[in-house]
Amino acid sequence: MKILQFLSEFTIPLVMFYIVGYGLLQKKNVYEYFITGAEEGLKIVVRILPTLIGLMVGVGILRASGFLDFFGELLGTLLGRFGFPAELVPLVLIRMFSSSAATGLCLDIFKEFGPDSCLGMITSIMMGCTETIFYTMSVYFMTARVKKTRYTLAGSLLATLAGIAVSVLLGRRLAGMP
Amino acid sequence: MLNGLWAGMVLVGIIYGSVAGNIEAVSLGALDAAKEAVSLCITMVGVMALWTGLMEIAGKTGLISQLTSGIGPVIRWLFPDIPEGHEAREHITANVIANILGLGWAATPSGLKAMEALAKLEEDRRSGSRYPGQPQGRPKGTASNEMCNFLILNISSLQLIPVNIIAYRSQYGSVCPTAVVGPAIAATAVSTAAAILFFKIADRRSRL
Repeated sequence: MKILQFLSEFTIPLVMFYIVGYGLLQKKNVYEYFITGAEEGLKIVVRILPTLIGLMVGVGILRASGFLDFFGELLGTLLGRFGFPAELVPLVLIRMFSSSAATGLCLDIFKEFGPDSCLGMITSIMMGCTETIFYTMSVYFMTARVKKTRYTLAGSLLATLAGIAVSVLLGRRLAGMP
Repeated sequence: MLNGLWAGMVLVGIIYGSVAGNIEAVSLGALDAAKEAVSLCITMVGVMALWTGLMEIAGKTGLISQLTSGIGPVIRWLFPDIPEGHEAREHITANVIANILGLGWAATPSGLKAMEALAKLEEDRRSGSRYPGQPQGRPKGTASNEMCNFLILNISSLQLIPVNIIAYRSQYGSVCPTAVVGPAIAATAVSTAAAILFFKIADRRSRL
């Protein structure tokens, strides 16, 4: 497990070293390229900003109105019958919209139940194998100027559900529950 | 689809908020969220510029095209209809690699470029045959098969080591923060396999 911690600490420096070193070996002006690229990064963020504002306002309204808690409880009692922990329903819902809000809920769960509890384990795995569906879809499709998204949502939901199911199974096993 | 969803979120939130007596919280929530989006973007600018800068180096020095030929067979299998040597392939490769390494910020720029390249490819398909043997283009504003497949693949999560979660776990006193790495890789493998299976079938059934 030491190796994994080492790897996760070294990923970013290694990637940077490799890219810059490779460029120097080719005798290219890497700094100039970097500046050109960085400028493009600014433009990308500016392009994403409107989508982000729209989406975050939508989620903000839903959360502040109390609807998400209400809906989460409703869904929680329903899903509880299938063995899905009701405490995690709000996290699953939020995770589809906003990564930062989901991280907040994830930390709440760690604080309340501990990261090594069954809920903590399931949360940890789930955060690692899911993505923000609606954020990704709206930013990417906005860029391609696409309105009709066809089977994207169905496929994304299926992949996410598969990931969540495995998280619950493995998280329980890991926390020593049947 | 996104249109209805977004409008639904706003309207349902406001109606529920006023019925539940949270209307003040709703207006605060809306304003705060807008502000939060901007501050998120300000943090994002720095990291994003760092990665697009590095990506530019990797692109101009031929590092990415080298990697593209490395995992070429996989990309070709996933996206068989993108013509050989089309720029979309390079961007998709960069995006997939960044995702696997868990560099989410580095993945977004190449992902957006991949979408632009795919939109251009679709434009070429519509206007006739710049590339022979290509499928017919879809009407403007409709996602091509490649776009759907690329997004599903992206959303299925490709990240191998959940770096952030490991950090949070140790921050909150976990006995073994890295205990979740193996299970997370397994869960990611399953969700990605489900994604590929789904879009391979959907792709085949929706050929024009």
